[in-house]
Amino acid sequence: MTDVSTSRPVPQDLLVVLRHPPHGTHWLREGLDVALVAAAFGQRVGLLFQGDGIYALLKGQQAGALGQKGTHPQLAMLEMYDIETLWVSARGLNERGLSTDDLMLPVVPLEASAVTELLQRHPHTLIF
Amino acid sequence: MLNYALLLHAAPYSHQAALSALRFADTVVANGHRMKTVFFYHDGVHNASALMAPPQDEVHLADGWKRLHQEHGTELLVCVAAGLRRGLLDVSEANRHGAVSHSLEAPFELTGVGQLIDAMLTSDRMITFAP
Repeated sequence: MTDVSTSRPVPQDLLVVLRHPPHGTHWLREGLDVALVAAAFGQRVGLLFQGDGIYALLKGQQAGALGQKGTHPQLAMLEMYDIETLWVSARGLNERGLSTDDLMLPVVPLEASAVTELLQRHPHTLIF
Repeated sequence: MLNYALLLHAAPYSHQAALSALRFADTVVANGHRMKTVFFYHDGVHNASALMAPPQDEVHLADGWKRLHQEHGTELLVCVAAGLRRGLLDVSEANRHGAVSHSLEAPFELTGVGQLIDAMLTSDRMITFAP
């Protein structure tokens, strides 16, 4: 089961919204690149995984047959860049039959209303 | 007057978003605001191609962006990482990689993603155009 956070999320300087899965397109990789560079430039960065973007966090990923590099090594670098604020859409998790136990990093699941509030309260939002 | 920055993710001609971004930029300056920076990322880097040759009765997107630079000083920044893997190389990158030709020229500039963050922080508005 996934416990949905009831405390109000604390906005960061920049919210990067990731809506694409690790394979099939380059969206996730280029979105994560922006998050890492922003953090390297001293911005406090929060990540919101929405829709199929949640698959970015699935445990047990490998690169290989598809000829794409895979994004899990980038996710492993988030902590090194002090990106530790990770939110996921609770509805997105439920729709995919996933719980936070299936994910490789600690995340805070948010209800739809909290996701809306998150987008409203961030001074900058970039969507990938 | 507001300073605007655009982030363009869409390839030219494949998606409406590239044309919409140019129309938006023209409207920004027509309304007395400053069109400070356009950052080309993801498939949007193809908008900077010096080799673009659309039919004459279609909008020439790369020329449209160049016109904005010439008339209003808009910076045209192309992400170097996204550009190189998609074949957008200026003369020095083409030489460095031993490519048969270059495909990107001034006023488009290859830059890092750091310049996107800088544009975001130093503009009043950053608007994303994506497919």
